[in-house]
Amino acid sequence: MSFLELNKVTKVYPNGTKAVHETSMNVENGEFMVFVGPSGCGKSTLLRMIAGLEDITEGDINLDGKLINKVDPSERDVAMVFQNYALYPHMNVYNNLAYGLKNRGIDKQSIEQKVNDAAKLLQISEFLQRKPSMLSGGQRQRVAMGRAIVRNPKIFLFDEPLSNLDAKLRIQMRLEIKKLQQKVGVTSIFVTHDQVEAMTLADRLAVINNGIIEQLGTPIEIYNNPKSLFVAGFIGSPQMNFIDGELKNKTLFAEGFEIKNVQSDFNGEITLGIRPEHMSQSDSGLINLSVELVEQLGSDNLIYGELKNKKDFCYRCPGNQLIEKGSKISLNINDNNYYVFDKSSGNRVN
Amino acid sequence: MKIKPLQIIAHIILIMGVLLMVVPIWISFASSSHESVTILTEGMKFHLGDQLTRNYNEVLNEKGGWSEEVTAAKMFINSFVMALGIATLKVIISAMSAYALVYFRFKLAVPIFWVIFITLLVPLEVRIFPSYKIVSDLGLTNSYTGLILPLVASATATFFFRQFYKTIPDELLESAKLDGANSWRFFIDFLVPLSKTMIAAMFIFMFVYGYSQYLWPLIMTTAEEYWTVVMGMKIIYTESYEGVALPRTAERFAYIILSMIPPVLVVVFLQKWFIKGLIQTEK
Repeated sequence: MSFLELNKVTKVYPNGTKAVHETSMNVENGEFMVFVGPSGCGKSTLLRMIAGLEDITEGDINLDGKLINKVDPSERDVAMVFQNYALYPHMNVYNNLAYGLKNRGIDKQSIEQKVNDAAKLLQISEFLQRKPSMLSGGQRQRVAMGRAIVRNPKIFLFDEPLSNLDAKLRIQMRLEIKKLQQKVGVTSIFVTHDQVEAMTLADRLAVINNGIIEQLGTPIEIYNNPKSLFVAGFIGSPQMNFIDGELKNKTLFAEGFEIKNVQSDFNGEITLGIRPEHMSQSDSGLINLSVELVEQLGSDNLIYGELKNKKDFCYRCPGNQLIEKGSKISLNINDNNYYVFDKSSGNRVN
Repeated sequence: MKIKPLQIIAHIILIMGVLLMVVPIWISFASSSHESVTILTEGMKFHLGDQLTRNYNEVLNEKGGWSEEVTAAKMFINSFVMALGIATLKVIISAMSAYALVYFRFKLAVPIFWVIFITLLVPLEVRIFPSYKIVSDLGLTNSYTGLILPLVASATATFFFRQFYKTIPDELLESAKLDGANSWRFFIDFLVPLSKTMIAAMFIFMFVYGYSQYLWPLIMTTAEEYWTVVMGMKIIYTESYEGVALPRTAERFAYIILSMIPPVLVVVFLQKWFIKGLIQTEK
């Protein structure tokens, strides 16, 4: 039995909107699970149902072998870090951390001990007497995490906690969250719409779209083996290139080129997906690109151009490989690293 | 620093406003320190006289009224109790009803709020007969309870608290819930401290409102021991000229000055909170 089990969990809002459809998944003890998806896909709703802040319309949630559908949020032993941190503005940092413990009737001495330990772990000891308004974004973030840690909960829930920080701090805090989770070893669920955050933090990743888990797996599995068009487009940066085409008797016909011996029995209209990093230049390549824009990132160059049919296309090459704007290049796909999706259903067919 | 002409004009206007407020009070105070005869013959005074303690002592302690039983000091106490009771209860009741309206999302919350709001159209003066009937049927005439109770509900304060609670982010409530706060704790530990400046402001308004009530205590009280300051002001002006005695003008001024002190004290005391709240932006 898994640590956290969702069994056909469904959420329908009173106005009829179906936010989560019969979602089932297991989270193992100590695992870092990330829910990723575009805004409004239901990932936050799912998290809030685990926290007990939203009612569950149908289905069961089990935490540590106990059905928690009807358990009050305060009794669930979960801690949550909110997007805007939701620090208590009128309390100093110490009391922010201590408040939940006080409500649990823990004696003063152990509270002090726990708060000081958490503060030390998060390096906020010197701010304990300050009000949240006197802290910077990163410090607030730490306080919010401290508030979750002191309670020593069964599970940490993060609801897009990094989206209020600037880019540099976000990367730093991302690392800190990962390190902290490994140090403390608490099962965590992290909700984000940022696929880089998702890839870097997750032990396992759930890609959610329209209230359905499209794919569940380790980041590398999902990157290498996207099951659907949506997952393929969502995971990976820059985004995967998509070309419309047709598959007939294991031969793929696309605008201007064809691929033989495709490992698929599917016949009909398809979408071909190629990651920008899975190609290399060759004199007589399949894909001909007229270069319009070159982004030099240092380690890599991103080449943006047009195909014959005026479709946009992106190619990623090592930084030392110079390609001029306006030139024409020809590309081959490395090691048959391409993905074929059924155009109508979006499902992977190769 | 260069002073702009606009600033000078602004300051002149402000100073004129201040003088308009302060000069009458000063004249009253200065006049209250003279003998009544002096004021009657020479008009109001701008400088202090030598009768200050005598006049104030007399006003505070002389027994007045028809039965010669009530003193001004007693009236001050009555007014203070009444205003304090009204202000305190008004703040507590409105804060709690606003809490119910905002956080307990029952179906009728919005209509109920509007019903509460509509009571602004029926102030005590409009419903004075039914109110009197109820209070007298309950046997509450001539009591502090009777003075305070019909005035403790406030649509205005409920409205202000409601608007304030609506600005508090939902995450705060959710976070408090996860931290094990029940609805009562959330009110006491979060809403009350967060709205303390609002509470101070409402308390000031409501205290002054309660203190300056005239019609209600006038109707409510037949026993002199429940008379209030504002009623006393009327009485001291229409005091009978016993025999050929002169009108006691100086004492009247002393009474006026004294009657201003309690509300001023409340404002001065609570202003500290008020300003503190304005400086610390806690949201």
